[in-house]
Amino acid sequence: MAATEEVTLLDLWASPFGQRCRIALAEKKVEYEYIEQNLADKSELLLRSNPVHKKIPVLLHAGRSICESLLIVEYIDETWPSPSPLLPADDPYARARARFWARYVDDKLFDCQTRLWKLKSGEPAHEQAKEDLVQALTTLEAELGDRDYFGGEAFGFVDVALVPFTAWFHTYEKFGGGVAEELCPRLVAWAHRCKERNSVAMAIADPHKLYDFVLYLKQKFGAK
Amino acid sequence: MATVEEEKAGMVLLDFWVSPFGQRCRIALAEKGLQYEYREEDLVNSKSELLLRSNPVHKKIPVLLHHGRPVCESLVILDYLDEAFPDTPQLLPAPAYARARARFWADYVDKKVYECGSRLWKLKGELQAQARAEMVEILGTLEAELGEKDWFGGDSFGLVDVALAPFTAWFYSYEKYGEFSVDKVCPTLAAWARRCGERDSVAKHLTPPEKVYAFIDVLKKKYGVE
Repeated sequence: MAATEEVTLLDLWASPFGQRCRIALAEKKVEYEYIEQNLADKSELLLRSNPVHKKIPVLLHAGRSICESLLIVEYIDETWPSPSPLLPADDPYARARARFWARYVDDKLFDCQTRLWKLKSGEPAHEQAKEDLVQALTTLEAELGDRDYFGGEAFGFVDVALVPFTAWFHTYEKFGGGVAEELCPRLVAWAHRCKERNSVAMAIADPHKLYDFVLYLKQKFGAK
Repeated sequence: MATVEEEKAGMVLLDFWVSPFGQRCRIALAEKGLQYEYREEDLVNSKSELLLRSNPVHKKIPVLLHHGRPVCESLVILDYLDEAFPDTPQLLPAPAYARARARFWADYVDKKVYECGSRLWKLKGELQAQARAEMVEILGTLEAELGEKDWFGGDSFGLVDVALAPFTAWFYSYEKYGEFSVDKVCPTLAAWARRCGERDSVAKHLTPPEKVYAFIDVLKKKYGVE
């Protein structure tokens, strides 16, 4: 049965996209080999496994590669349906909603946070990035509402998609994006709730280490 | 439990005539033999209350309303149609790996084709030349993925075929603005495009290429492009 064959994850410690995969694998209790990638000098294995985008994360299973973090998480959910189903099995509408919100995190939140650290502070474009970030966080807060998880009562697909980004709240604040506890208190509470799960605690980055890493990225790739 | 007829009766598609993203949904609904009410949104002047209420986050089409509940984002809609109507021809294959591959390529189309195409007609000079080179590369990558197969889905017209087919109506515009020939640059993909056009579901819902070209003129005026 394919599910028992070797699993490898090509990843980068700080990547929220990679962390999604680590969380999903841990939730499913799947053993795997983690191979840290050097994106400044990409390995043969990475280039061979993801020739189109040359990006991490990549999941290798039974000799085949799966790319794009949300697709990897869905693949993990389908290949190892239990324990902990991430997408509700028998509810196409709930699945559609989950996919929609996971994409929202990718399209909006990641984009804003990148602009936040890349662009020059004080410039109109940077101000716009701050505004857009606030809007993204308040939209997600509204979607969560009073629920324990985005999945409702159970930790699910959207929770996996978003939780790695909570380690960035400290960085958002440092770059002028606002204080998370004030902007989105429910999200902050939800993040604490998620971190009680071993799968999440083990995967997501330390916020201070992450901030230092972002400063390095800014120095290397940011607007001068 | 609702009958198939009752299920079919509850669907509305909020859409815009030339949108390749909306056309994906129309093609999928046709492939599945599903009935629905098509509602044209006036994106130029004013979006309807229903659209704003159904997609408050993005305020964009397409939106599929099924018994009043909105599903947004075209690829999410395609997945939903497969799952909500399991007895209709499926766009996605059964095995998890094949599904992941199909979704990857549909996602590739989303990330690359429209955005690069937009730069072709929006930009000039060096940046336009860059867009042209990228478009040729994108089409070449898709051609390599298609390979010898009839369809991206293998033997059957699948998710990636539905995702890309509407953009074949934009090839003419890409060629004009990019000054290249799809037939020359990616002959296998060009043949696939012709094969798509022979399917009823595609033929009925694609905008004629000349009309797409004329529409781009409207967009250029809107964005203040010379």
